[in-house]
Amino acid sequence: MQSPQFASPADVAERLSAAGYLTDDAIATTVFLADRLGKPLLVEGPAGVGKTELAKAVAEATGSALIRLQCYEGLDEARALYEWNYKKQLLRIQASGDDASWDDISDDVFAEEFLLSRPLLTAIRREEPTVLLVDETDKADVEVEGLLLEVLSDFQITIPELGTITASRRPIVFLTSNATRELSEALKRRCLYLHLDYPSAEREKAIVLSRVPEIAEQLAGSLVSTVRALRAMELKKSPSISESIDWARTLLALGLDTLDEQAVRTTLGVVLKHASDHDRATTQLKLD
Amino acid sequence: MAAGLVDRQIGFFHALRDAGLQISLAEVLDATRALGVVDLVDREGLRAAYAATVLKRPAHRPAFDALFDLWFPPAVGDPSAREGQASEDEAGEAGDDGAADKDALRARLRDLLLEGDEEALRRFARETVRELGRADTAPGRQAWFSYRVLRGLSPETLMASLLEAVLAGQARGGMAEKVARQTLTDRIRQFQEMVESEVRRRLAEDRGAEALSKTAVSPLAEQVDFLRASRNDMAELRRQVFPLARRLATRLTARRRLGRSGRLDFRRTVRASLATGGVPLVTHHRPHKPHKPELVVLCDVSGSVSGFAHFTLMLAYALSEQFTKVRSFAFIDTVDEVSRFFTPGVDVPQALSRMSAEANLVWLDGHSDYGHSIEEFAARYPDAVGPRTSLLVLGDARNNYRATAVPTLRSLVQRSRHAYWLNPEPQAYWGSGDSATTAYADVIEMVEVRNAVQLEAFVQRLLPT
Repeated sequence: MQSPQFASPADVAERLSAAGYLTDDAIATTVFLADRLGKPLLVEGPAGVGKTELAKAVAEATGSALIRLQCYEGLDEARALYEWNYKKQLLRIQASGDDASWDDISDDVFAEEFLLSRPLLTAIRREEPTVLLVDETDKADVEVEGLLLEVLSDFQITIPELGTITASRRPIVFLTSNATRELSEALKRRCLYLHLDYPSAEREKAIVLSRVPEIAEQLAGSLVSTVRALRAMELKKSPSISESIDWARTLLALGLDTLDEQAVRTTLGVVLKHASDHDRATTQLKLD
Repeated sequence: MAAGLVDRQIGFFHALRDAGLQISLAEVLDATRALGVVDLVDREGLRAAYAATVLKRPAHRPAFDALFDLWFPPAVGDPSAREGQASEDEAGEAGDDGAADKDALRARLRDLLLEGDEEALRRFARETVRELGRADTAPGRQAWFSYRVLRGLSPETLMASLLEAVLAGQARGGMAEKVARQTLTDRIRQFQEMVESEVRRRLAEDRGAEALSKTAVSPLAEQVDFLRASRNDMAELRRQVFPLARRLATRLTARRRLGRSGRLDFRRTVRASLATGGVPLVTHHRPHKPHKPELVVLCDVSGSVSGFAHFTLMLAYALSEQFTKVRSFAFIDTVDEVSRFFTPGVDVPQALSRMSAEANLVWLDGHSDYGHSIEEFAARYPDAVGPRTSLLVLGDARNNYRATAVPTLRSLVQRSRHAYWLNPEPQAYWGSGDSATTAYADVIEMVEVRNAVQLEAFVQRLLPT
């Protein structure tokens, strides 16, 4: 077992905040456990609460390389694990001429040189510290989950022609999901689980201040409480943290220093993306 | 690890399993290994460690938190009593000077709510529960009640003075007030939760955590009966409509993709056969064109079942791209088409309130009359139900002993492609009292849909592959 990256949850919190990611107790402890127990961490939550950012911040804080596997419908082994470079193999066979025996060639074309490594294999073979991010796992088909099970429980990949490749150094693995579908119990069982939700008022204010340092503290406070009032309404899409940050940047760019009715009315489009949500917020906040 | 801790953990996991969490042995082992590396003195860290290892569904979070507080209480006994506060005996006879005490406490609560310091608020909750929450039920026995505390302090009534302090002279009635009100409501709710959890802790000390675990957990919103749902439950459910619709739609597309493919795509097959010397080894097919039904919803929106009708209507419109057309009709004792309120992109909760205010649903007395409503529906909208229509009737069929119009319903059902009656009552009550369920069940398939879970299962069956 390799030496862990973090000494304590407090250490996690400190180093992540140095990397620009503000944690709370739950996040810090869970990341610490993922590192200590060597288990993948499944991060679930609504869009825009910083799931992908968390993986990036951990990579930065530990000085690891971030390897990212973006999931989508139709993702398969050839895109996730490895693929043989068919064209190059063909070239090799044609270039060898008549003198080489079949045995030599067949050994030769299934060598390292002709292997195209995809994110999962790359992450497992790396000797240096690595963070593997499997993004939007719920978008992939159910079969991909099966593929992940093998890789994530033993950190090994079997390539029939080359044998089994085992990770010499286990990467820290993050899986993210928007919960558009329920992931299988088997996958959840192998992972630690972290549900990221909209943060508390203080933490959100701190996040806005750290991301948009030029903004006045007063304005950040009233922005955060307005966003929280919006989230309490029954909206189709509640504003996320990234939208709060966008809003702060917008206000700054427009040179507004108070968030009054006029300011909210002109910039509401930054946080609400549905016409009906817009109407609802306008009436409930009494903007007109 | 200490044996005491292991026992504690096993009891905790049993309680979690009783509350509906599925905890496998692998997860128990993970949790135990996690305990070995976290600082056990840090309670929030311990909570996070357990949450990371055994809690795999956000819906279970409230149950998990309540049970964690029971099994791993933040304090034992009276931690603040040591600070020289009123002794136990004095607290028992608080009735004499209770009025003055309460005013002082209310003033402190007001200040704390204004500041929003969570830790101070928690200490205050602990203190007030000790002061106000105890009742001696029998000599030597005592019980703790959160309502005594909350009624004594009635934090909601502080709102006016809190708002005044926050707004400090700004114009009332505007956005600033709305935002401040929201912040304060959040803090008041937080305080109420703190009081409730403190009361549970006190009770658990008296009676043991096991005894309380059963009652401490409220059921998930999606498992609450529509007919018994409180306003909070309904609000929570409404918030889940769009995620639910999205989940259903995703599952549906996945099912369609896996289903049989459509007709042979001749051009692509021949094109692909060129690679294999003109032999069509692999055939290609056109994607299957999904059949989209027309949905007609006929729903009873009278008082008792309106919550169920609203939720189902919201779901129908959230899923409207899965249907060619959605038409909805509401009735109490007469029927009116309400589709006009649900134009695309409309704010659905608002559409529902407009529907109740503007549609003509009452003919005589405003008590449910299924018979008259069905006759009216068939007479006034003869073109609504056709061979491509899926007809949904929503209601409890509590007809106040009036005529049922079964023959008319039968002809409607025969004209439609599918027809279902969704009944929010438990099946055991069907046909009792003034329920006309038995009469209707002869002509239409009656489905019990008591909660959101059952509705989700039904919608999956309704939507075609």
